[in-house]
Amino acid sequence: MQRLTRDQIAARVARDIHEGAYVNLGIGLPTLVANHLPRDREIFLHSENGLLGMGPAPAQGEEDPDLINAGKQPVTILTGGCYFHHADSFAMMRGGHLDVCVLGAFQVSVTGDLANWHTGGPDAIPAVGGAMDLAIGAKQVYVMMEHQTKSGESKIVERCSYPLTGIGCVNRIYTDLAVIDVTPQGLKVIEFVTDLTFDELQRLTGVPLLRSAEALPA
Amino acid sequence: MIDKTVRSLEAAVADVFDGATVMISGFGGAGQPAELIDALIAQGAKDLTIVNNNAGNGEVGLAALLKARRVRRIICSFPRQVDSQVFDGLYRAGEIELELVPQGNLAERIRAAGAGIGAFFTPTGYGTQLAEGKETRVIDGRPYVLEYPIHADFALIKALKGDRWGNLVYRKTARNFGPIMASAAKCAIAQVAEVVPLGALDPETVVTPGIFVQRVVPVVAAPGARAAA
Repeated sequence: MQRLTRDQIAARVARDIHEGAYVNLGIGLPTLVANHLPRDREIFLHSENGLLGMGPAPAQGEEDPDLINAGKQPVTILTGGCYFHHADSFAMMRGGHLDVCVLGAFQVSVTGDLANWHTGGPDAIPAVGGAMDLAIGAKQVYVMMEHQTKSGESKIVERCSYPLTGIGCVNRIYTDLAVIDVTPQGLKVIEFVTDLTFDELQRLTGVPLLRSAEALPA
Repeated sequence: MIDKTVRSLEAAVADVFDGATVMISGFGGAGQPAELIDALIAQGAKDLTIVNNNAGNGEVGLAALLKARRVRRIICSFPRQVDSQVFDGLYRAGEIELELVPQGNLAERIRAAGAGIGAFFTPTGYGTQLAEGKETRVIDGRPYVLEYPIHADFALIKALKGDRWGNLVYRKTARNFGPIMASAAKCAIAQVAEVVPLGALDPETVVTPGIFVQRVVPVVAAPGARAAA
């Protein structure tokens, strides 16, 4: 079975981001999506530290410590971009103005609960940042993650065992094996990788999956 | 004549008292008023409650204030970072209290303080550990958590330019918490790269109106620092 690489998952997410969309890409895996956005679409990247119209990383030597993204890495601003303070930035999220937010995850439940901020370990120092705001703050919340943990357990679960980031907030899950929608009827498979059967996908996932009429190995 | 400019960093923070709540602007290093923090360390106030997005990076600025053991409690959203070793050590030793707040709730609680809002219902955090024990309400079918404002005695903020009436403009993403912290503190102290004459700031583009700012102190950029243009 050929799993998608992280870049291939990112490219698959990018295909679903439409012209004119206001988009926040979470720290970590989701930042890869920016490299795959089609150049013929105008898409507005939002960075919650106070930037709309975020551009790519600057050339070496052109970094500006006052122009960073939410991961505190140097970035650039596109012509037409703008800056704003934190309350405005989170109003853009919480107020439902963002079209799409792409987040990493430890676990997603069958009802779209998200766990992605804290392992809950006794020695772990908790840090939440904007994770909970992002989880509830976009019209569409996409999760991008490996289908299974390194030890082979499904990250799509009946109930999250890690501390929750948000309840029922995830709309679509992109993994290295499949694209799955969270629907009122349950998890509906939209696509899965070639040379994997639906039954195998079901076995690897561990929670009941529905198959949409058009779901094909993609 | 009203002149909010203060000639020295030392004078700007002279009255910060033990036990004060002090907001400090910045997101990581961007917008962090390092020179005002150094002045606060030299001034010696202790048992402070600090409000910031983070809990210090490396050994400078906010991290240095923590390392000097002046901070009893910190209210922030993202303390743990690759270079937050000072905070991590104090936290593990039980020598600092942490109130962890989702970033947007942190921003809105600060904004609410400055705007005279008594409390507000936010969807962020509902059903999570960070909302445990808090009042909730379902409004139009959606669940919300009641959050209260965060007021401060002082705010230390970094801006690009200011005038003697306290009007401020910022630079790029260094703006972050500056404008809302200025409004939430009884005494907002802004360090600026340049004090400009009244009228030099376009009234259409002033970001923080001077009514929110009590002191403006010019800071000479350290040698080798990038020109703030």
